[in-house]
Amino acid sequence: MVLSVVALVSALGVVLSKNPVTSVLCLIVTFFTIAGHYIMMNAQFLAVVHIIVYAGAIMVLFLYVLMLMNLNAELEPQKRNWLKYAGAISGGALLVVLVAALRDASMPALSTNATDIGLIKNLGMILFKQYVVPFEVSSILFLSAMIGAVVIGKKE
Amino acid sequence: MPVQYYIFLSIALFCIGVMGVLMRRNAIIIFMCIELMLNAVNLLMVSFSKMWADAGRVDAGSAQLFVFFIMVVAAAEVAVGLAIITMVYRNTHSVDINILNRLKN
Repeated sequence: MVLSVVALVSALGVVLSKNPVTSVLCLIVTFFTIAGHYIMMNAQFLAVVHIIVYAGAIMVLFLYVLMLMNLNAELEPQKRNWLKYAGAISGGALLVVLVAALRDASMPALSTNATDIGLIKNLGMILFKQYVVPFEVSSILFLSAMIGAVVIGKKE
Repeated sequence: MPVQYYIFLSIALFCIGVMGVLMRRNAIIIFMCIELMLNAVNLLMVSFSKMWADAGRVDAGSAQLFVFFIMVVAAAEVAVGLAIITMVYRNTHSVDINILNRLKN
């Protein structure tokens, strides 16, 4: 699947690229491919929200902070090499363990026919019938996060 | 397409995120790798939601709502975290995480 290969390659690009701005752009590509996966799995609302929130808001925030700090000029200080290898090896070991644990699991195949469970009508019904309280709590969380960001970022 | 395909894809994305957190020392890139891990989990949860919707469960949309709430929490986390990183950069003129050793004293 082309989309998955693009996702994995650009995710590797996030980790391996020297320039932080390149990392941000690779991460945006990854987010778009993940949104494509959401659309293929009939989660249209989530795909749209994902693009708006991640590609539209979060990555712009990252880019803004990066440009504000002007980090492209200065290189990342070189870590000792064996620490880098240790990180790569432990991440790869986690990958091997998880794949080996789940390789023999028998799962049903996803059908290709469309379900309407990801449409905004059904999700809205679930959200405002069963999950009203978490919804309100998340709005309070947002408000407190906004105030916290302003207070932290304020010059004293 | 089997669900295992999506499981392995999200495992791979998650492990790339873990590697990034362990290998890099730029705080902003570590933050982006955390976003990558959150997205791997989201992808897995959407594929399970699709699996249960195929099986005829009517409440399979709950998983997609959990993904929605994870996105909410991630957005709040990014706002606060980037404010903290900006603050650290303003005080130390670096985003190297080893600088944060000074929190010990």
